[in-house]
Amino acid sequence: MNKIPSLLYGCLLAVFSANCSAEGKILATPGVSQIEGSGGGGIVPWAQLAGYATEESISVSAACSRITVKDFSLDSCAVQANLYDKIELSYAKQNFEVTPLQLNLKQSIIGAKINLFGDLVYSTMPQVSLGIQSKKLKTSDVAFSLGAKKDSGTDFYIAASKLHLGFINGYNWLWNVTARHTKSNQIGLLGFGGPNENKKIQLEASSAILLNRHLAIGVEFRQKPDNLNLGENHWKDIFIAWFPNKHLSVTLAYVDLGSIAAIDKQTGWYLSTMWYL
Amino acid sequence: MMKIEITSMKKSIILLLLMSCFSCSSPSSNIDNNVDSNSHAQTQASLYQEIGGKPALDNIIDNLINIIGQDDVVFAHFAQSNVTRFKDELTIFLCHLADGPCQYQGDSMEDIHQGMYITKNEFNHFVELFIEAMDASGISYPIQNQLLARLAPLRRTIIKM
Repeated sequence: MNKIPSLLYGCLLAVFSANCSAEGKILATPGVSQIEGSGGGGIVPWAQLAGYATEESISVSAACSRITVKDFSLDSCAVQANLYDKIELSYAKQNFEVTPLQLNLKQSIIGAKINLFGDLVYSTMPQVSLGIQSKKLKTSDVAFSLGAKKDSGTDFYIAASKLHLGFINGYNWLWNVTARHTKSNQIGLLGFGGPNENKKIQLEASSAILLNRHLAIGVEFRQKPDNLNLGENHWKDIFIAWFPNKHLSVTLAYVDLGSIAAIDKQTGWYLSTMWYL
Repeated sequence: MMKIEITSMKKSIILLLLMSCFSCSSPSSNIDNNVDSNSHAQTQASLYQEIGGKPALDNIIDNLINIIGQDDVVFAHFAQSNVTRFKDELTIFLCHLADGPCQYQGDSMEDIHQGMYITKNEFNHFVELFIEAMDASGISYPIQNQLLARLAPLRRTIIKM
């Protein structure tokens, strides 16, 4: 676990000492950090790797986000290293607050992503990447009491993304589709597996339009299993993201998380900031 | 209540997407002057005309040359170039690419960039300089994107040659 931060410091050092400005992508095209720390949209990991590095450079980024819905809130902070736009390493910490019980659940996630082929902007094929998110729930009592089998789990996903330049009346259109193999209950915050464990492959998708160089609007969908038999719903959001420059982005979303731990109608807001080196 | 709100929000976004799809497939209203009735493609304004024709292309390329002259990353690749020739050839190339009344018969992109070993960073940086040049010429964002869409596939014929 301690290896990740030291690796990141190493990258930071490499970025500064090599003085290679990792600014080799068009503004906004790498997207932001999703809640589990991988490069993506707000809730879906995308095929593109976090940050502006190209195959000649390294980039480091960090992000913090907060989701506030009716009875819960989720704070999440993450760091990412993009190595030559081939490999992304990420680490995220989540703090999930169950307001009615005055309870905090903590989870940490180590992620890695490898770009298999394609380029989001320049190739005719979509960019395709393979990713992994290894999750460890630190406060597992609630999860076990709800019927979860384990307090750690690993998600695997394959994602395809494409940006079509000038596709809709001259505006750039981005889509992403992700298939994820997972046993996570509420992304792992309520543990892994359970009595109703059957469907493990879940589909996720995002679609966005760039209104101008700095502003993107879009929608996201994330299918989720109902391992605990508590009526876990798919997640949806509608977002606007602002990229003033290649060092900052701010994302605001309206989220519908459906039912969480059998408490339904969990809708609310998501706000996230990301910094890129 | 909130759920209803998000569904209607999503519906309006989807509607927006659909609308823009339809409007992009329908012929543009600015019909150009030299209409060729035989060809459907020419009954609507070409990208060349939407950019603003030769004066606009000349202006973009002038801006581009100025910007390259002040750029540390890519200037080295252009230091040996004949500026007049670069300007003339690029004008014809872009005119041709944007369906203008020109036929580019110059060297292929592969031949031009052979031995230059242009990296992805350098290429992408050049794209940004080109965007800067189009901005300085007052080319609108949607028109810029449409020209970039035609240039993007050329990357594989330009980098690491």
